[in-house]
Amino acid sequence: MKAIAWHGKHDVRCDTVDDPEILNPRDAIIRITSTAICGSDLHLYDGYIPSMQKGDILGHEFMGEVVEVGAKSTLQKGQRVIVPFTISCGACYHCDKHQFSACENSNPADTQDIGRELLGQPMSGVFGYSHMTGGYSGGQAEYVRVPFSDVGPLVIPDDSIEDEKVLFLTDILPTAWMACENAGIEPGDTIAIWGCGPVGLFAVQCAFLMGAERVIAIDHFPRRLELAKQFGAECLNFEESKVYEALQDMTGGIGPDACIDCVGLEAHGAFADNIWDQIKVSTFLATDRAHVARQVILAARRGGRVSMPGVYGGFVDKFPLGQLMEKGLTLKTGQTHVQHYTRPLYTAIAEGKLDTTFLISHTMPLEDGPEGYKKFHDDQDNYTKIVLKPGMERAAA
Amino acid sequence: MSDDTHTLRRDDAPVTASKDTSAERALFAEAVTIARPAAELYDFWREQTNLARFMDNVVSIEPAGGNRYRWTVKAPLGREVSWEAEITHEVPGREMTWQSCDGAEIDNSGKIEFVDAGKRGTVVRAIIAYEPPAGFVGQMLAKLFGREPRIQARRDLHRFKQLMETGEIATSARNRRVHEERYGRDGQPAGASA
Repeated sequence: MKAIAWHGKHDVRCDTVDDPEILNPRDAIIRITSTAICGSDLHLYDGYIPSMQKGDILGHEFMGEVVEVGAKSTLQKGQRVIVPFTISCGACYHCDKHQFSACENSNPADTQDIGRELLGQPMSGVFGYSHMTGGYSGGQAEYVRVPFSDVGPLVIPDDSIEDEKVLFLTDILPTAWMACENAGIEPGDTIAIWGCGPVGLFAVQCAFLMGAERVIAIDHFPRRLELAKQFGAECLNFEESKVYEALQDMTGGIGPDACIDCVGLEAHGAFADNIWDQIKVSTFLATDRAHVARQVILAARRGGRVSMPGVYGGFVDKFPLGQLMEKGLTLKTGQTHVQHYTRPLYTAIAEGKLDTTFLISHTMPLEDGPEGYKKFHDDQDNYTKIVLKPGMERAAA
Repeated sequence: MSDDTHTLRRDDAPVTASKDTSAERALFAEAVTIARPAAELYDFWREQTNLARFMDNVVSIEPAGGNRYRWTVKAPLGREVSWEAEITHEVPGREMTWQSCDGAEIDNSGKIEFVDAGKRGTVVRAIIAYEPPAGFVGQMLAKLFGREPRIQARRDLHRFKQLMETGEIATSARNRRVHEERYGRDGQPAGASA
């Protein structure tokens, strides 16, 4: 089959590899019909995430048709499913508490050691996201092996709902929803959201659905800010305005009730601390560029909340821990417990309460994946979201 | 400081976490919490031949009369090493201890406990003591345990947990070829079902 494989920093290729097979009783094989490139895939593309190996198949946002099932799978051939990016067994203590991204069993015993060394505790299994999360082949491919297929995949019963509407149930929509839950939004709140990428733009919608009165969206790409505005957000362009000053003024000197960091470890912008971070990261003295992580803490109101769905990979220099403490902030973060959110969010989409298709700027054949990564990386203003379609006709050169 | 401090010679940490355990006999403990009742886990473990289903380096475990079992374990260069061990004490549903018999190339003994953990299930704790191998034979035998015995034990306990909680042992391989590439032709089993 064809698959998008990682070969190193800024080097992904469309390789021909051998097909997946059923290995365990609860497995299923899915024929991919749509798969997206995620902003967090760019962290792999930029070489920020440790424990990648040459040839690893990428992709953790995908859906398709069940073509083969193991003896204990509850899926049936021909069903159309979306597949959460987190792999969860459904039987361990954490899965029982619906903390699916903390699943204790989906990461194989040998690869759990990497996370244990780096984080103190191992991570769960994740599709196509380094060997720290198991080294599972991802879904930017024609076919994928899905373990614990009786727990993760959500069957999409309505054929009239196109892929593009439900594809983002796999990651970014639940991620935005959980980010807003973690922000503890109360009716009447003012919420500031850093980053108008796919998660940030969904978070704007989710925050309003949860009762926020005002949402202030922060970015520097005009087209992305324009999209945030369409959903009712007020916009801040950090290249034109001082973010902290603007936020304090816009909230009457109080600060936002909650700040959501939808950026993570690769913050853009020519800020003094960001430049310092870049020097440290490039000389291996630190791992993350954490401008936004610092700013959300400084901007939030006293006693307010900070939510961090953005991905961080390791150590951060000059983290304002004292400010976090003295202001009495609550900080919540984490990989998304996707399986907990897929059903209610599917209903919200089906009822038209959430718009998902606006996000997709480009649809390409799977084979053009490498070009897609480059464009998504280099031209973020125009490429808000790329969907890859196996089997789609390639445009004539 | 009063003399009372002298009576507080040890904190409440398990002895296996001590910083000054003598090196004459290596001692370690690994624990895992499994969301199944202690009795079920104990019964599965007591059927010693079951252990080969999730222990990576174990080729087979055969009954050898009474409470004795013959363990056959992978060694470097495609070789196998074999010894007998005896279950010396057991409290059904709670714990069992074992001791390698005379003639074992690595003298080893240990205890496996199944402690009720309420709604979390059961804490399974393996406490293992062995003579750190010396000399050429010893070093070869150290290798036969794979990496380090402690890491090996931890991974085996996690595979036990996976098997008992999910009915299968997780593999991230895409297909059989990749699985064998990662774990060897007769490596960690995939497709196991409790």
